[in-house]
Amino acid sequence: MTAAGYRMRDWEAHPPLLFPDYKSTVLRAPTKPLVPLKHTLSELTGPVYGHERVGPLDADLTKNGAKNGEPLGERIVVTGRVLDEDGRPVRNTLVEVWQANAAGRYIHKVDQHLAPLDPNFFGGGRCVTDDDGRYRFYTIKPGAYPWGNHHNAWRPNHIHFSLLGPSIATRLVTQMYFPGDPLLDLDPIYLSSPAGARERLISDFSIDVTEPGFALGYIFDIVLRGRYETPMETPK
Amino acid sequence: MTMKQTPSQTVGPYFAYGLTAEQYGYPFTAIAGGKVADELCTGDRIHVTGRVFDGNGDPIDDAMIEIWQADSEGRYLHPEDGRSSNSVFTGYGRYGTGTDPQNRFLFETVKPGSVDGVQAPHINVILFMRGQLSHLYTRIYFSDEVEANAKDPVLDTVPEARRETLVARREDMPIGVVYHFDIHMQGEKETVFFDL
Repeated sequence: MTAAGYRMRDWEAHPPLLFPDYKSTVLRAPTKPLVPLKHTLSELTGPVYGHERVGPLDADLTKNGAKNGEPLGERIVVTGRVLDEDGRPVRNTLVEVWQANAAGRYIHKVDQHLAPLDPNFFGGGRCVTDDDGRYRFYTIKPGAYPWGNHHNAWRPNHIHFSLLGPSIATRLVTQMYFPGDPLLDLDPIYLSSPAGARERLISDFSIDVTEPGFALGYIFDIVLRGRYETPMETPK
Repeated sequence: MTMKQTPSQTVGPYFAYGLTAEQYGYPFTAIAGGKVADELCTGDRIHVTGRVFDGNGDPIDDAMIEIWQADSEGRYLHPEDGRSSNSVFTGYGRYGTGTDPQNRFLFETVKPGSVDGVQAPHINVILFMRGQLSHLYTRIYFSDEVEANAKDPVLDTVPEARRETLVARREDMPIGVVYHFDIHMQGEKETVFFDL
């Protein structure tokens, strides 16, 4: 008996490969249709990483780049659950994040935006979800920054997320946004995901997650592809 | 089914210090890199290298290639693969195209065995880049596996004229066996990408 496969990518949620408003897609999107692939053991498996790869400060971006003090900016807590489409927690899976500093500057060498680097902020981190699928980071609220896509283009504040999940079929790289950001409706990357789905990329402010006298709290739940119950449901 | 999938977004141009920090020289460890197999791994040691080309034929310098593969005996280090393995081989590699002067990705690994006795040996590839809003999947097959490739059920679903885009070319070089696998996003040699 073949094992049940993962549900297909929901193209009513994910952006199309070609989205001309985001100009870099024009020369980088395949022109031919994707070839459907029925899941084999190759697709039902994927890299397995657990706590052994995560250092004690990896989930605290306010400390893991500190040289001689605290990073500048607004300290925040970002937490949420990683779930599958059936609402089950995705346990013990690696969550990697990277982001700009409070001034909207990435430490990356190709970022030439004229905003200051922060000697006490690196901007990369990771953690592993717990038994409820929950992750938690401390960080600094990232700033907006200009980019070259079109005249006066600015990226909304965002944190990049990378998730493995249980198989290569559940792999996801995405971006978390902040509520009320006026740049969202002007951003072709955010707008590339269909209306009705892209709103799921916006985190919720939470006074319950907020730590008194210390940091504002945001909740961002992430849903990875689920799995068919039985092989019979697998299409084709 | 009660929950809806979180949409994908592009990895952007600045993934290097978060996902491939060691390769790019940032002060942060990486969970995986170009060296997939160390000296303790059994099997035929191989190099897998290539470039990613855009629609103008220019090499892309901000793509990230991830590979996921079975060990030399065709076993995945994963609970779904019930076969026990003593291998220390994780089967997972990551490489950004921004550090090599020619923008190549460079993996040192072992040649995978056939996973289920039916599929030809292959390496699974996940591709990310700026200008790509949802990641792409492809597979690397091997040019010296002609018979196995001819019987492979996945290759069989690919239009014959395009199968060649999935086959890495073997070259025996002083450093060892090198498989060349270029990825073309567009054009006559556009690589086959899978919806899986």
